[in-house]
Amino acid sequence: MTPDMNQSIPQDTAGDAPVTQSQTDAVKLKARNVKVFYGEKQALFDVNLDIKANEVTSLIGPSGCGKSTFLRSLNRMNDTIDICRVEGEISLDGQDIYDKTIDVVHLRARVGMVFQKPNPFPKSIFDNVAYGPRIHGLTNSNSELEGIVQTALEKAGLWNEVKDRLDQPGTGLSGGQQQRLCIARAVAVSPEVILMDEPCSALDPIATAKIEELIDELRENFTIVIVTHSMQQAARVSQRTAFFHLGYLVEVDDTEKMFTNPTDERTQGYITGRFG
Amino acid sequence: MTDAAPIMNGPTGGGLTTRNSNDAVSKGLKRRYAAERRFKAYGILAIAFAMGMLGLLFTTIVSKAIPAFTQTMINLEITLYPQDIDPEGTRERQALSSANYRNVIRQAYYDLFPDVTSRRDRRELFDMISPGAVYEIRDMVMANPNLIGERVTVQMPMSDDIDQLNKGQIRKDSPETERRVKDKQIAWFERLENRGLIETVFNTTFFTAGDSREPELAGIFGAAMGSLFTMLVTLLVSFPLAVASAIYLEEFAPVNKWTQTIEVNINNLAAVPSIVFGLLGLAVFINFFGMPRSAPVVGGLVLALMTLPTIIIAARSALKSVPPSIREAAYGLGASPLQVVTHHVLPLAMPGILTGTIIGMAQALGETAPLLMIGMVAFIVDVPHGALDPATVLPVQIYLWADSPERAFVERTSAAICVLLAFLVIMNVGAVFLRKRFERKW
Repeated sequence: MTPDMNQSIPQDTAGDAPVTQSQTDAVKLKARNVKVFYGEKQALFDVNLDIKANEVTSLIGPSGCGKSTFLRSLNRMNDTIDICRVEGEISLDGQDIYDKTIDVVHLRARVGMVFQKPNPFPKSIFDNVAYGPRIHGLTNSNSELEGIVQTALEKAGLWNEVKDRLDQPGTGLSGGQQQRLCIARAVAVSPEVILMDEPCSALDPIATAKIEELIDELRENFTIVIVTHSMQQAARVSQRTAFFHLGYLVEVDDTEKMFTNPTDERTQGYITGRFG
Repeated sequence: MTDAAPIMNGPTGGGLTTRNSNDAVSKGLKRRYAAERRFKAYGILAIAFAMGMLGLLFTTIVSKAIPAFTQTMINLEITLYPQDIDPEGTRERQALSSANYRNVIRQAYYDLFPDVTSRRDRRELFDMISPGAVYEIRDMVMANPNLIGERVTVQMPMSDDIDQLNKGQIRKDSPETERRVKDKQIAWFERLENRGLIETVFNTTFFTAGDSREPELAGIFGAAMGSLFTMLVTLLVSFPLAVASAIYLEEFAPVNKWTQTIEVNINNLAAVPSIVFGLLGLAVFINFFGMPRSAPVVGGLVLALMTLPTIIIAARSALKSVPPSIREAAYGLGASPLQVVTHHVLPLAMPGILTGTIIGMAQALGETAPLLMIGMVAFIVDVPHGALDPATVLPVQIYLWADSPERAFVERTSAAICVLLAFLVIMNVGAVFLRKRFERKW
């Protein structure tokens, strides 16, 4: 147990070093000593991780390693689970998101989320995308709302496919389209960070390729954290990769380095397919 | 051959066991299919039995009820002599309403039977016409006083016994002492019939009047309105309360001893005998809060208490069945818990909640026992105009009529059951319609 912790911390700070040197990209999300408990069971142990702005950070690791738990603690989705408890500090732009003064509704408007299974609301395509802006009162005029919806759908690469049937139910789209609709729905609130929890696991390769392309485009405007089971996907879309194992953050580094020359042998083992 | 032998041997050696298991499977298959066929047959039999019973129930009720929808009437030509109705010629309402219309009818009626002179015979003759005929003339005159002095033909109901005779429910060949219609009356009725004065018409009274001691004047409308007001109160009280409790328990309440206790108690409440709720209504609503007796508002409250657990349980399971991914999606966009519920969970759960509500309401509609405790079993002639007026409800009305000795109430009891069933069907159709609307919205 202790060796794991010792290892994760120096590696993380090592990963931190180039950031401070280059100074070009600021740290958007900062996690320090994050521990997550489900009742008595501890799911995450002292995770320290910096997520930089306008980059795609992928979280990889075998099932049950805590990567989804970590992702969900970044926008406090774990709050909806009664027995879940988060310790340590997670800050967004330097502000602790678990602080009492932080409103969770406001936080989730800033940190959006896309889920594993496409989960459009059983409403029209338009209403799906317009829902976020509506509840947050981003606009009062209909034409402005239409503009927001169009922009969001364009950003999600779905506009051309659905522009003639915005009043059709979102659940009638194909799986890949549904997932892009969910991305458009998250984008419409114009968050700063988008969290994606295995967004392609329920999709076929072609739909996956489209989403990956999209993620790359979205990086310009958003900070993206993506959990994925596919190492190829992590290699394709992300700039930085973090490897989780048994609740510990084992290693985090530039994606290229992680997949060619990882420091930790567990990372090496996982990447080469010896376990996981 | 020698080459072939081992090759043959191989498969047959292995085939021995294969064939054995094949045999076993095919033997078993027969049995399995037979079991399946048997099970299917049982199922069809069970359904046929249930449908047969239902059909029997409906045919007996409807066939018994059909005579209640017609009424034997007499078309009598009456002269509205001013000296009988308004001797002073004031045309005041008071005078008109208390005038001797009985005399008016009697004169016209006795004129048809000049041979009947004895006092006793005349009384029996007059008994053939319903006592309600008097009110019919009165209402007609009060609505149009200009008729006084005129000669008019009025259609009046015959008494229930004559009505039953006309419908063939009283056998003419049975001994006179065993039936409620005298031989003389039968003869008079036949004379009336021969003159073409008797007519069998659709029984509108049954659908427009309240209860009455005279079957030919009794109607279901009072009880139907009572049921309607009671159901309205029940729905208005139980639906919001039940949905609110279900939402709180399902979406907001923490899981601890308190909520578990509440849950167990709600489930227990659903099993409490309904008459206990009636006692509670009597003790709390009537004796403690001093609410009026026999009023739909009290009945509605009592039935609402009875319906609450049913709707709560149905609503909770409907809420539970909304996929968690919808909640996550809404939370992920920054919806507040209340927004998640009102925008997403509740609309999706609505069809299920409505089904539960209708089941609860149907139960409440057919409930009799608790209403007996709060006085809704009273004999009430007036049609209620609000939830505070004394009223009775359909099942209690059925019970009251079933308890009445008059032969004509038998068919009216069945007819009232038909009305109750129609009420139920309308409610269910309404529920289906609402469900469809909610489902189409999404």
